[in-house]
Amino acid sequence: MNWIAIRMLTGDRQKFFGLVFGIAFSTLLITQQLTIFANLIQRGASAVYNIPAADIWVMDKASRTTDINYPMPSTALDTVRSVEGVEWAVPHMRAAASVRTRQGNLEGVAVIGVDDTTLIGLPRHMKEGDRKALADPDAVLIDDVGAARMYKGIDPIGQEVEMNDQRAVIRGVVDALPSFTSQVSLYARYSRALNYVPGTRNRMSFVLVRAQPGVEPVKLARKIEQQTGLRARTKDEFARDGIDFIIKNTGIPFNFGITVMLGFIVGVAIVGLTFSLFIRDNIKQFGALKAIGVRNSKIRNMVAIQALFVGFIGFSLGVLGAALFIWAFSANPTFKGFYSPWQIPLFSLVAVTAIITLTGWLGLRNVLKTEPAAVFR
Amino acid sequence: MSGENSPAIRIHGVCRDFMAGEQTLRVLHDISVDIRSGELTYLVGESGSGKTTLISIIAGILWPTEGDVEVFGTDIYSLTDTELVDFRLENIGFIFQQYNLIPSIDAASNAAVPLIARGMKLHEARAQACAMLDKLNILDQADKLPNQLSGGQQQRVAIARALVHRPRLVVCDEPTAALDARSGRRVMDLLREVGMAEGRSVIIVTHDNRIFDLADRILVLEDGRITHDGKDVPEDH
Repeated sequence: MNWIAIRMLTGDRQKFFGLVFGIAFSTLLITQQLTIFANLIQRGASAVYNIPAADIWVMDKASRTTDINYPMPSTALDTVRSVEGVEWAVPHMRAAASVRTRQGNLEGVAVIGVDDTTLIGLPRHMKEGDRKALADPDAVLIDDVGAARMYKGIDPIGQEVEMNDQRAVIRGVVDALPSFTSQVSLYARYSRALNYVPGTRNRMSFVLVRAQPGVEPVKLARKIEQQTGLRARTKDEFARDGIDFIIKNTGIPFNFGITVMLGFIVGVAIVGLTFSLFIRDNIKQFGALKAIGVRNSKIRNMVAIQALFVGFIGFSLGVLGAALFIWAFSANPTFKGFYSPWQIPLFSLVAVTAIITLTGWLGLRNVLKTEPAAVFR
Repeated sequence: MSGENSPAIRIHGVCRDFMAGEQTLRVLHDISVDIRSGELTYLVGESGSGKTTLISIIAGILWPTEGDVEVFGTDIYSLTDTELVDFRLENIGFIFQQYNLIPSIDAASNAAVPLIARGMKLHEARAQACAMLDKLNILDQADKLPNQLSGGQQQRVAIARALVHRPRLVVCDEPTAALDARSGRRVMDLLREVGMAEGRSVIIVTHDNRIFDLADRILVLEDGRITHDGKDVPEDH
């Protein structure tokens, strides 16, 4: 009977494609929107992910995220280094500045000061050039998304920029996860960064710490807090802080939530309507099957098979569509590093299952309510 | 033919009520009749006389309000729902006025539905259905979809579906109503020839006086009562 159920379904091509489209559209919308949402909020932690070498980020008690920080006195570095269990500790600066290119364009940038000696604070990989070039006078490195934005069609290496009346030369392009706002990032040695961004007496944004082998970063972070009076967060905690900040302080979760909900509602509406039309058109055939002697349990199976069949095809197409979307836009700096964690297709599957269960149940109710005697009327 | 006169169906004191708004409407009044095996029986009467209700009750798809129905010795309304469904699948073939074929499967598969419903494998069921279509002179249409067939051909597929699982009783609702005179006659000749061949009982609800001559027995219903039982229809009908 399952074969008959499938043939009944696929025989009415218009409704079959309508059902598949409804499921696929819902899946695509839910998967794609959740993927963008998940990746976008991850950007709140991109600065932490870009420096995996640091186990712990130490900051002023008032600092909240990598972007919202309150500078500390330079003495904080030595205080942190003195805590037992610290393998190394380096200064890290993050500040905002405006740069002017030779072409006359003005751009707001994040200036990131990395340790002069070890260059800790730089992302792990370079896209162009050598990280050692940062030792050159006036050298800065630019992130790849920033390079694409500031130098469309121009090789950024060797380009000069003016930053707070000082000259800087781009010597390389780093492969970095962009920030939430996709702001251009310029990396400089810490000592140079201090000159690029003049300011108050206290200039150090963070101290990046590595725990000694065998020392748990969580415990070390609490120890640093106790001994220094500063705020210390493990990289996981600090990444979470950045994500939470976006969730709590922007309308993004709400807006994406609405879109996901709309995807679900549209799915229920299209699939529900089409499936109920399909059932209505075939009610005589179902009635005849019941009269002939097909048990209700088999009828239930038939409707379930039909719902599962369109659900499977529609879901597969929807996920494929979402994957194609991610792939198609992977070269776009806005979507750099986007991926769909397995939980998202799983969530879409749950949503699709809810859609087909709901609509299948509504359709089945009509079939089961049909008296076999109706075929004689 | 042995058993030709043994009662296949015993109907005793059957009444059936329907609700019409607040009112209860009795459409069958104390019907008692026996139908023998190997008999082609017509139920005739005006619209609303209760013949469709009666055939539905005989076929086990509509519960009587009162009375008993025995089909091949089984009191079918004492069975559980599932037992009754299984009983229909084993013992009763159905032919509907509008054929009710599944539009997206071919003639052979449509004819094979009762066998598939019994759990037979598709290719085996189709082979048996083709044999039945052959008996009904429509094997050459076995691979066609219902919408590629004429009304007469569709009804022959429906007859094949009703007979393929060798039921002991076949019930037909206006089998010629949607057909022209020639096709209707041909379908009825085939139904009589093939359907009656194994001594099964066939009950037909019809208005079609062009085919009355084929009946072994004609029951006339008027206002929910049997008013005539004989080989011919009364002259005033």
